[in-house]
Amino acid sequence: MTIKEIARLVEGEIVGAPADDTYDVEKAFASDLMSDVLRFSMDETVLITGLCNNQTMRTSEMADLRVVVIGRDKQPDEDMLELAEDLDITLIKSKFSIFKISGILYEAGIKPLY
Amino acid sequence: MHYTFEIERGNFTDAGQASSSVKRTLKQLGVAPANIKRTVVALFEAEINAIAHAYGGTIDVDIDDQKIVMVVADQGPGIPNLDLAMQEGWSTASAEVREMGYGAGMGLPNIKKNTDDLKIESTVGVGTTVTMTVFFA
Ligand SMILES: Nc1ncnc2c1ncn2[C@@H]1O[C@H](COP(=O)(O)OP(=O)(O)O)[C@@H](O)[C@H]1O
Ligand SMILES: [Mg+2]
Repeated sequence: MTIKEIARLVEGEIVGAPADDTYDVEKAFASDLMSDVLRFSMDETVLITGLCNNQTMRTSEMADLRVVVIGRDKQPDEDMLELAEDLDITLIKSKFSIFKISGILYEAGIKPLY
Repeated sequence: MHYTFEIERGNFTDAGQASSSVKRTLKQLGVAPANIKRTVVALFEAEINAIAHAYGGTIDVDIDDQKIVMVVADQGPGIPNLDLAMQEGWSTASAEVREMGYGAGMGLPNIKKNTDDLKIESTVGVGTTVTMTVFFA
């Protein structure tokens, strides 16, 4: 699934790095715990999180994540957006809860990491 | 190649800059992506620990064509029970640290899993030195 399709499904807005239309997302992982994110391979994976700060970006960088859905209507600040651009990470801001975002993407065929 | 970094006390906002810089260097050197990931996950967790549980510290990194050795040293409170600290889920992280997304008690286990050699020297009231080695071959 493309990043833009994910954004459409969660009625989200794309910010940070522009969406790479060639990137194919197959799996999702939802967590607010950054060490949890660092435990797994994040290939073709979208992170769904309510944690909206520089730590989210740094963790995503170390985990090799390319796309992150920020739920619960959290607003990334300028610093975070700049970091996302520098690190080439696309953010999708959604008003929905983490549960709702997860449910929508699951129903649309995105697989759980485990 | 030798690199040093300062980890600033209490500075969560900039935490990860050393790991980020090491990541760029390893990429330029053409190290395999899987080894880069193992390296930076371990270093990032150690960097966060020096901020979350101590008062910042220093990072020394040595890279040659076989391996990377990373030494993260702090003058913090030390780890009273290392066996306990190494357990998955064990954490003494403050509420403030947890709010930032850290404190799952997975840091040291993550470091162990991602490194080929790990040495932790810690003395209560003196500080902690974490030495991590990742082989590229
Ligand atoms: N550099 C350090 N100085 C003092 N205590 C530490 C240090 N690193 C780890 N610890 C102790 O070990 C525990 C487990 O560390 P870790 O596995 O990284 O989990 P977390 O950081 O999420 O608490 C910490 O909660 C803390 O009590
Ligand atoms: Mg930790």
